[in-house]
Amino acid sequence: MNVRLLAIAVKELRQLRRDRLTLGMMAGLPVLQLLLFGYAINTDVRHIPTVVLDHDASAESRDFAASLVATGFYDVVGHVEQQDEIGRALRTGRAKVALVVPAHYASDLARGRPTTLQLVVDGSDPQTVASALNTATGLAAARSSQLVATRLAAAGGVVSAVPIQMEPVTWYNPDLRTATYVVPGIVGVILTMTMVMLTAMAIARERERGTLEQLIVSPIRRWELVLGKILPYVGIGYVQMTLILLVGRLVFRVPMVGSTSLLYALAFLFIAANLALGLFFSTLAKTQQQAMQMSFFFLLPNILLSGFAFPWEGMPEPARWLSQMLPLTHFLRIVRGITLKGATLTDLTGELAWLLALLILLVTFSSLRFSKKLD
Amino acid sequence: MTEAVVRTEHLSRSFGDLVAVRDVSLEVRRGEIFGFLGPNGAGKSTTIRMLCGILDPTSGRGFVVGHDIAKEPEKVKARIGYMTQRFSLYEDLSVTENLEFYAGIYGLGPRERAVRIAAVLARTGLEGRARQLAGTLSGGWKQRVALACATIHEPPLLFLDEPTAGVDPVSRREFWDQIHRISAEGTTVLVTTHYMDEAERCHRLAFIFRGTLLDVGTPEEIVARRALRVVEVVAADAVRAADLLRTLPEVDEVAHYGPLLRVATRGGVDPERFVPDALAAHGIAVTSVRATRPTVEDAFVSMVKDDARGGAV
Repeated sequence: MNVRLLAIAVKELRQLRRDRLTLGMMAGLPVLQLLLFGYAINTDVRHIPTVVLDHDASAESRDFAASLVATGFYDVVGHVEQQDEIGRALRTGRAKVALVVPAHYASDLARGRPTTLQLVVDGSDPQTVASALNTATGLAAARSSQLVATRLAAAGGVVSAVPIQMEPVTWYNPDLRTATYVVPGIVGVILTMTMVMLTAMAIARERERGTLEQLIVSPIRRWELVLGKILPYVGIGYVQMTLILLVGRLVFRVPMVGSTSLLYALAFLFIAANLALGLFFSTLAKTQQQAMQMSFFFLLPNILLSGFAFPWEGMPEPARWLSQMLPLTHFLRIVRGITLKGATLTDLTGELAWLLALLILLVTFSSLRFSKKLD
Repeated sequence: MTEAVVRTEHLSRSFGDLVAVRDVSLEVRRGEIFGFLGPNGAGKSTTIRMLCGILDPTSGRGFVVGHDIAKEPEKVKARIGYMTQRFSLYEDLSVTENLEFYAGIYGLGPRERAVRIAAVLARTGLEGRARQLAGTLSGGWKQRVALACATIHEPPLLFLDEPTAGVDPVSRREFWDQIHRISAEGTTVLVTTHYMDEAERCHRLAFIFRGTLLDVGTPEEIVARRALRVVEVVAADAVRAADLLRTLPEVDEVAHYGPLLRVATRGGVDPERFVPDALAAHGIAVTSVRATRPTVEDAFVSMVKDDARGGAV
């Protein structure tokens, strides 16, 4: 192996070993983030606090409210007497949903007249609304067809099964658990965060302490310096990735459907792209603090646009276009594809091409900027 | 025949409108200790950085260890050692680890490295501190480690950019002993300083001021060229005497040294007679007058003042 490159890599590891804070951050951050995201980000909305305004106060109205609770999506937290009390309950946050049962609900049903139940939802939280409406509408539809069937049977008609039925089959994450979706994504987010920041700071630190001048006055070649700086962090990136996948598996039961070696191979491109980006930042930053700020500034669009937090499909065209420029967008598809869907290399050629192109672009950019001159 | 290890031809460097180095032509010969003298901001560091190949000249040419600094900077870098006043050590690495690192980036293989490090530790008396973190060393020790790092690959040419800034006098003296030992072994040393006592320890000097080379030569030659004559005077009212002497055209420079006034005259004026006469004419009693040797500092101050007055050198 190249002596000069090795010297840089060994030095980098030795410095890292003495820097307890960074070391702790690199191991602790992935696990902490994983637990935070894994437990806190949960879009499976359950137990929505609900109040009931029952104008009918009949056995049938109580029965409907009870079946709502039975779905597990609603918890009845109380009953109100008047319309304006609903507003109060939603404003104070006591409830997110209110069920309004009209007067004569039971008698209308008995006489076969159409009746309307009202579900008032708090729209300030769109995720809740979607879940709440879906379940409630489904429940009402089921009730209706049940009633129609009963009545037909009572009238002596032929009761067949419901004529058209949609059978939803969910592949790859059948329980639709958020953790399964989020954990592989965290691998990408953590790698983006630490890899960019560590390289950006590693060079800015040399600049700040005056050792960079000593390096550029030495015969070390540009690529040796860059590669020697980056290689130890590639190793760290893999350690972090392994840590997240392991904890994800043990704590959140995240599966690994596809090939682990394929994931690790493709992760190299992603890690390298982030390191090249960090290097680019380091050529712009004069101090470690600036380098850190730039890295954080870069992290935000990654979380928002990559499809980690919000579905890519819902983004407007310009945002999508921008997100294609982020390595994380492509790595997320790769890591989710492999861990959850068992995607193979052929399935991922598109993402691979993007990642490769971005890597080449970033490496070219940063080595052009990173000069062995002082000015 | 002495061969030029460093040769520059009309070397200049500007930063925007500011001309940091202007038209510098000089030669440094093999094996000598060449001092680069000038006040802060005179262009010393800029010149050294150009010679090291890490800063491109705006115009002019430079050859270091046989290579053009603008065309083959990497070939230059492989054959020079470089040490700055910041010492450039990794404070979170031990003395040995620092040496290993610098040996590594200069391409020394493991076996060669071990031999060199052992030798360098022994020579500099660093053996007892080999495992100590560089950040916990005192200024003088840091300087030794930095010098050891800069010479680990036995370069034929060593650049020292204000290597003794902020180091105590004893360490400075020991450091200069080291420099002379290195030079005696055949290494050419180019050192910048603004300490005048250090200038006299060099074989040859270059004076640089506001980016311009004022004079080059041995300390003796430079002092002789100024044709200064110096006396040390004890006068009744030293402050008034100094003010008075400074108004006279024959007087080049007056400086206070405790109770003494050090007075330099030029143009062949004999200060032993001139100074007491001039002071007596203004009623200032002179208790003693003693002729003394003009120093590099006298020559330097004189040159800088001439330049500031816009006069000829």
